[in-house]
Amino acid sequence: MMKGLKKWRLFSMLTALMVFLAGCGEEHLSTLTPAGQVGRDQYNLMLLSTGIMVLVIVVVLVVYVLAIIKFRRSKVGENTIPKQVEGNHTLEIIWTVVPIILLLILAVPTVTATYNLADVRGMDVKDEDGQATAVTVNVKANLYWWEFEYPNLGIVTSQELVVPTGEKVYFNLKAADVKHSFWIPAAGGKLDTNVDGINTFYLDFDEPSESLEDGVFYGKCAELCGPSHALMDFKVKTLDREDFDAWVLSVKESAEETTPATDVAQQGQELFQQSCIACHAVSGEGTTGGIGPNLATFGDRNRVAGFLEHDKENIKNWISNPEKYKPGNLMPQPEDLPKRNGKEFSNQELDALAEYLMGLSVED
Amino acid sequence: MSSIAQKKGFGATLWDYITTVDHKKIAILYLITGGLFFIVGGIEAMLIRIQLAQPDNDFLSAGLYNEIITMHGTTMIFLAAMPLLFAYMNAVVPLQIGARDVAFPFLNSLGFWMFFFGGIFLNLSWFLGGAPDAGWTSYASLAISSPGHGVDFYALGLQISGGGTLIAGINFLVTIINMRAPGMTYMRMPLFTWSTFVASALILFAFPPLTVGLFLMIFDRMFGANFFDHTMGGNTIIWEHLFWIFGHPEVYILILPAFGIFSEIFSTFSRKRLFGYSAMVFATVLIGFLGFMVWAHHMFTTGMGPTANAIFAVATMAIAVPTGVKIFNWLLTMWGGSIKFTTPMLYAVGFIPSFVAGGVTGVMQASAPLDYQLHDSYFIVAHFHYVIVGGTVLALLAGLHFYWPLMFNTMLNETWGKITFWLFFTGFHLTFFIQHFLGLMGMPRRVFTYGADQGWDLFNLISSLGAIFMALGVIFLLANIIITIVKDKKVGRDPWEDGRTLEWAIPQPVPFYNFKQTPLVRGLDTYWIEKQEGNKEGMIYAEPIGDIHMPNNSVIPFVMSFGLFVGAFGALYNGEQPWAIPVLGLGLLITFLSMGARSLKDDLGYHVHKEDLLDEKEGGKH
Repeated sequence: MMKGLKKWRLFSMLTALMVFLAGCGEEHLSTLTPAGQVGRDQYNLMLLSTGIMVLVIVVVLVVYVLAIIKFRRSKVGENTIPKQVEGNHTLEIIWTVVPIILLLILAVPTVTATYNLADVRGMDVKDEDGQATAVTVNVKANLYWWEFEYPNLGIVTSQELVVPTGEKVYFNLKAADVKHSFWIPAAGGKLDTNVDGINTFYLDFDEPSESLEDGVFYGKCAELCGPSHALMDFKVKTLDREDFDAWVLSVKESAEETTPATDVAQQGQELFQQSCIACHAVSGEGTTGGIGPNLATFGDRNRVAGFLEHDKENIKNWISNPEKYKPGNLMPQPEDLPKRNGKEFSNQELDALAEYLMGLSVED
Repeated sequence: MSSIAQKKGFGATLWDYITTVDHKKIAILYLITGGLFFIVGGIEAMLIRIQLAQPDNDFLSAGLYNEIITMHGTTMIFLAAMPLLFAYMNAVVPLQIGARDVAFPFLNSLGFWMFFFGGIFLNLSWFLGGAPDAGWTSYASLAISSPGHGVDFYALGLQISGGGTLIAGINFLVTIINMRAPGMTYMRMPLFTWSTFVASALILFAFPPLTVGLFLMIFDRMFGANFFDHTMGGNTIIWEHLFWIFGHPEVYILILPAFGIFSEIFSTFSRKRLFGYSAMVFATVLIGFLGFMVWAHHMFTTGMGPTANAIFAVATMAIAVPTGVKIFNWLLTMWGGSIKFTTPMLYAVGFIPSFVAGGVTGVMQASAPLDYQLHDSYFIVAHFHYVIVGGTVLALLAGLHFYWPLMFNTMLNETWGKITFWLFFTGFHLTFFIQHFLGLMGMPRRVFTYGADQGWDLFNLISSLGAIFMALGVIFLLANIIITIVKDKKVGRDPWEDGRTLEWAIPQPVPFYNFKQTPLVRGLDTYWIEKQEGNKEGMIYAEPIGDIHMPNNSVIPFVMSFGLFVGAFGALYNGEQPWAIPVLGLGLLITFLSMGARSLKDDLGYHVHKEDLLDEKEGGKH
């Protein structure tokens, strides 16, 4: 008797917990706080399916609890031989047909949403000047960093995706080395970046990300891709269309040769051009193809190497020993760089590099 | 013969088990080996939960963590869950259908030893340069680029043990089709036999795609082929399809026998015939059939396009219907019965809410657009642990208590069993329920660590605490087993007193030839019928006492499997060590020579004579 009651209490507690948790999770990371229509569609499907499933669970539990309370041997008597019932056709039909109906209720919106979310025709719509009206981003997933190329805008960035709000943003996804998966939980479901071909989908965002805790949404790699899979994070900054256009312009301007403000930073620039430029571009204008992440917007970013706090100390740590922080990544240890001849960076050199990198900014 | 075995020394007993072709002893071999691998996989699970107990933990390094999750999954599925199911199938099915053994006793032994050597080979990777680290799914692009020999161990080890599984599956199919006692029609077969039958059919059709996939992987990694190298015209998605065409039916290979075990337990301890027997049989077959139609729901985010996704979404939802039919039939079996809460029954009763919870999250994931969010997150980790632990593992533990008296003629302690249940059951829900929410809150699976600022800290800690309860449960179980073995208190026939099927009617300890006279089956729940009619023998017979033809023991299956084990080392070090190809040749030679010996040397077995059987009858006891 008591055991059955306890189960009931547990169940109602879990239901309450579920309601409570619906408001839970970080706004910039949780699928429970959808940031756009795609995420909302999927969230609504979750609510619908959860509702149907809770209904099923309740029915099962009612029969279950009653059965184990009423028909315990201590209640029905030690020597009772129950009637050996064969079955019941009516019941069998009921619990076949009712689930089918419930599943149809779920299947219809599922199929509709499957087709809607795969509709990427908007990608090719052009205005009178032959310019694409929508923003398309070519995402290339690498061990363990992300490149974002804007083919129609002629710019490329990495690690931090910048997109306009209030419109569909289209993505072409591909992996450079092994399979990864592109996931921005708050914005919507994931899609794999395969090595074999390009996957295409869209996401949309309601609001600029400014108001969020870190000012960005969190993006994740969702497919096991090697030791540092867990660290293959990226960030998403959403801007309204006007700010986005301004941002695009300033990224293009980063192509111009500039002289850093301070002496230390200049020293850093020299060092960078000797040791790092072979893999890392510092101009955001251009196309895909960098060996390492493009650093044109490095100073504006939220993280070092995608996951470390964005400060000079971490830049220095990272440059002096990338393998320690992201095992299995492809950035050479400083002493292995071609022009270093087995020499590590001195503390002063690291300071200079950090100063220079922090100054690489396209935002004010 | 089993009573003679006890008087033998350790060496002789070992030899007896290495060469045995008796399904009851092979069941014990499966139970011990599967149990050991279950412990190994469990230790790996504990390491995972220790690492994830707090954010930014450095208890395990990134690479080692990936090896541990890969081996945890692979070990639990291939080396623990399936072999333990085979243990019960071997111990129970031949007795349940009134057979003297399985159809191919020699193959039965071969299947075990291939599994054994494959499993040992796979686990030797820990000591020979590192374990596989590409996940139990071993997706091609990552697996091909994985350095070291880890993935080679995976591909070769699974190939060998997979061969063993395939052999065992075929053996049970043939056994159940051909070896049923007179009167044991298909629609009188107990549900455990039925689910073994369907699961064996699934093995027959599901393992060949895995075999093909693994061979392609072996050729790619060790012999310079390019099936999965897209730069050379290969395709990595092919692996995903091959793996899941195997992998999804595999899920049903694991769960259907579990359903079978629970069906037996529900009806036994409710003292009631299984409600809707024919609907249950039909649902089992239907689940097995639909199980082959839904593999691509593991690949909704691979980019197959909306049409494929929609079709597989709806097909997947359809499986919920026969599964629901089963749940309700179990409930109605208890309804109106006389429920006795023994340890196996506790597991069965605990199974219903656990499995329903795992099943409904499965339906949620069938909704493809929703799965884009859930896939590869902790939600799916929660889901598959709910069905595999909440379904299969609970069934394995229930089956262990339930069938222990049948296998060993002793009984596990009920109080300790119930403590085990409550610890394990509480721990299980504590560990995995909360992981649904971690997934919804954006935590991807297979991450070796996570940053502190993401709101996942508390839930991960709770999850790790739950794992401790599960570990305690297993420790209590082991203690229970040891105490039971030491006490060695014999319990005799039908120790649960409510046994319904033929295996409980047989005298204990079960004679090595099983049935002195083949029984005649007069209906579903044969033993129950005989008991109700006051038949003290427990069965009636279809034949007079006569000579029994028995197979001889043989060491050939052991040697044959050992050859594959040796050869696998040759393949593994191909192109790296000068001795690789000779060793590969030597291993295959051992295997082929022993196959030749088996084919060319007539082994006609021997007869247990009628006179000896009659003697035993007079001196024997029931």
